[in-house]
Amino acid sequence: MQSRSIALESEHDIIIARGEVRAIAARLGFRLLDQTRLATVTSELARNVVKYALRGRMTAQPLDPAQGRAGLRLVFEDSGPGIPDVAAAMRDGFSTGRSLGKGLPGSKRLVDVFEIESEVGRGTRVTVVRWL
Amino acid sequence: MDGQTRIPILKVGRVLIVPIQVDMDDQTVIHLQDRILSELERTGARGVLIDISLLEMVDSFIGRVLSDIAAMARIMDARTVVVGMQPAVAITLVELGLELRGVDTVLNVDEGIRLLRSEFGIDDDEEDSPFGGGAGAFAEQVNRP
Repeated sequence: MQSRSIALESEHDIIIARGEVRAIAARLGFRLLDQTRLATVTSELARNVVKYALRGRMTAQPLDPAQGRAGLRLVFEDSGPGIPDVAAAMRDGFSTGRSLGKGLPGSKRLVDVFEIESEVGRGTRVTVVRWL
Repeated sequence: MDGQTRIPILKVGRVLIVPIQVDMDDQTVIHLQDRILSELERTGARGVLIDISLLEMVDSFIGRVLSDIAAMARIMDARTVVVGMQPAVAITLVELGLELRGVDTVLNVDEGIRLLRSEFGIDDDEEDSPFGGGAGAFAEQVNRP
């Protein structure tokens, strides 16, 4: 299955992204619970892009079992302000906005792989994988 | 369509019933919160029953707003019940670390009405109550902007 890339530029794109991820996950054979986890992670991470960087992009990459292990990789990239203290941002309850601070640490618990690269002034890339 | 999605708010007896049947963007969620609070004030309703059985996902944003609605409604002397959460949604919420503080959750609308009625003492002395007499009775659809 081909990769799918979605622009994240408005709140409505968050809905499009999570709907698309759920559909791809269903097609790949993920069970309902994993579809829900992936849609929820997408909502959290896509919102971060729109809220902090104003715009960015999500790419959904189905992982071919022939090249390792079947799963779905989601990459969220932006050229926004970056995260000054990634370790702090990953702690439960840490928030710079008026959120509950559950977004990043909570998302991490919903996936098998969670990687975050961020540079202040350059942008942020969050990569997550859920294995099938 | 930011903020344009209309979620109906039905007043049945002294309860506001809010059936959420579409995926909502953030503006719609915030707008819904405002409308529920102004309808509580306008109608003097004592209970809010939010049906999320068709919601396929509750993220930290929607979860926070549900908690906020319950907290604000409580200040206005009304109780909030969230009904019909799908099991996959419930599991994901727990994994996310959300507690939906202050929100009572039950399986379906029947249970929700029963809870509001018994636990919270929301009585059915109004003639248009759905609890006592004729089923369904009057549902006033609140559709002001």
